[in-house]
Amino acid sequence: MEEQFAKTEIRKPENIVYKRTDLLVDRPLSYCPGCGHGTAHRMLMEVIEEMDIQDKTIGVSPVGCSVLAYDFLDIDMIGAAHGRAPALATAIKRMWPNHFVFTYQGDGDLAAIGTAETIHACNRGENITIIFINNGIYGMTGGQMAPTTLPGMRSSTSPYGRDVPTMGHPLKITELISHLPGVYYVTRQAVHTPSHVRKTKKALRKAFELQKENKGLCFIEIVSNCNSGWKMTPVQSNKWMEENMFPFYELGDIKVDGKLIEKKEAPVKE
Amino acid sequence: MGELRLMKGNEAVAEAAIRAGCDGYFGYPITPQSEVMEYLMAEKPFERTGMVVLQAESEVAAVNMIYGGAGTGKMVMTSSSSPGISLMQEGISYMAGAELPALIVNIVRGGPGLGTIQPSQADYFQAVKGGGHGDYKMLVLAPASVQEMCDHVKLGFDKAFEYRTPVMILSDGAIGQMMEKVVLFDHIPRRSDDEVVKQCPWASNGRPKTRTHNIITSLDLDPAGQERVNLKLQAKYKVMEQNEVLYEEIQCEDADYLFVAFGLSARICQKATDLARAKGIKVGLFRPITLFPFPAMQVSNVGNRVKGILVVEMNAGQMIEDVKLSVGCKVKIEHFGRFGGIIPSPDEVVRALEQNIIGG
Repeated sequence: MEEQFAKTEIRKPENIVYKRTDLLVDRPLSYCPGCGHGTAHRMLMEVIEEMDIQDKTIGVSPVGCSVLAYDFLDIDMIGAAHGRAPALATAIKRMWPNHFVFTYQGDGDLAAIGTAETIHACNRGENITIIFINNGIYGMTGGQMAPTTLPGMRSSTSPYGRDVPTMGHPLKITELISHLPGVYYVTRQAVHTPSHVRKTKKALRKAFELQKENKGLCFIEIVSNCNSGWKMTPVQSNKWMEENMFPFYELGDIKVDGKLIEKKEAPVKE
Repeated sequence: MGELRLMKGNEAVAEAAIRAGCDGYFGYPITPQSEVMEYLMAEKPFERTGMVVLQAESEVAAVNMIYGGAGTGKMVMTSSSSPGISLMQEGISYMAGAELPALIVNIVRGGPGLGTIQPSQADYFQAVKGGGHGDYKMLVLAPASVQEMCDHVKLGFDKAFEYRTPVMILSDGAIGQMMEKVVLFDHIPRRSDDEVVKQCPWASNGRPKTRTHNIITSLDLDPAGQERVNLKLQAKYKVMEQNEVLYEEIQCEDADYLFVAFGLSARICQKATDLARAKGIKVGLFRPITLFPFPAMQVSNVGNRVKGILVVEMNAGQMIEDVKLSVGCKVKIEHFGRFGGIIPSPDEVVRALEQNIIGG
């Protein structure tokens, strides 16, 4: 009892310096503790709240771990079939050209089953924002190999590691779509440290501001961990991500103002 | 009276969509229905009414575009032909599950597989028995003329919004391609965004601070919740069965025998009815216009007054199952069909009646 009393004492308005955005529904997230989805959700909602556009924003959720994103994001949402979010978003934006439309998709959804919809929405230059969470694995179905699984990386369907000659290469879909003229802004970020979170939020803000100007498609990849799927502790998974994912999926801007950023390709680890 | 024009069935669909106040057409080319999008692109309704016309990268994308558009409360449609409609089944199932209004036009061609580009009615099962996964139905309209191709677009949109359900127009390559005179209905203006918001309070089109957020989905992970979704859908289909049955009876009053046929087959049977009556055979025609809901009671009433029924379809025998379920086993019911894109002649149909029903 004493302890509870103390908490209410502390939670006085004058003591609050940072709080959950009202655009996140007050309920427990369905994500594993340590996963980056929660942080990505929060940054997205903070941007929409700060821009005061929740009444003009329509989100499309995918199939995958974030299939229930609409339960946590307190804005109007439509749940897509697996991989089809960019097709939905295309029509939504065409029907409501003055609204803000985004998709939130994982790697299996966006870069395997939805590759055609992703590439063609990008190529048409739809004025939408695609938020792409890349953790190199199918999280919700139990850790199967994804299009972005690294060479040698273990998953439940590549239990001895991804064997490139038989299982193919990981797909750098973000680099691929960055070459399409309909795409205006492409960046790859992360959400595992405060400084990365700040950069991600800045990128999200930029994408939504650009949407207002009808500049074309903005694509934000967030490289994230999957501690459950990778079978690591959250701390281990973040370290593993820095050591293995980031050299392959290099963080930073890929295309800004419709122009590709010159960069040396990271060598592919076999 | 509205404007009179000579048009192809596919063109009538496109013109009717513009006139019905459609907000968006999303499609992918496939024979024999490509004229729908070609007509729309040439007519440029985006300049006149603001209707969006977009060529998608696939039928899969097209159906998911209408899923997205419908989820925001807009009046959207697609058209395709059999192989393309097969690709759309996933999206149609999602729309049925999420209870979204949309119009899907199937200009059927012969199958299975790549089949043929010639007309067929072999997609009856797919259209009326679900087609995609899960327990769902669509309201299915079967036009038998270019005039009905036009009228069913408006009717289809009306019913789609009334019941929040995908509606399919099940036509075929012949009606899509043939030219007939059409009386076009007058232009209905597209709804304004405010009207859409007011008419569709369930739609996801931006949450004002005055309401909670709208979620469009067919997912409910809780079995009890998903069962409730299913029960709600089934209850809706029951109401449709009670209120939405459409059919036509031609020369049935004094008939000894009966043709049952829909769409193009019904047109052929209409001629066959005249030919048979000229030979002294008293035959009538019962034409279901809605295939779901099926006019079960109505066909049973007529069917149980006659000595025999010939179900004529351009398939291997699909609607005959519903006719048999409706009429029962007291009356002889046989099927006559041609497939693979072959359209039976009225003479052929009369011969089949004489051999299989009267003589058989």
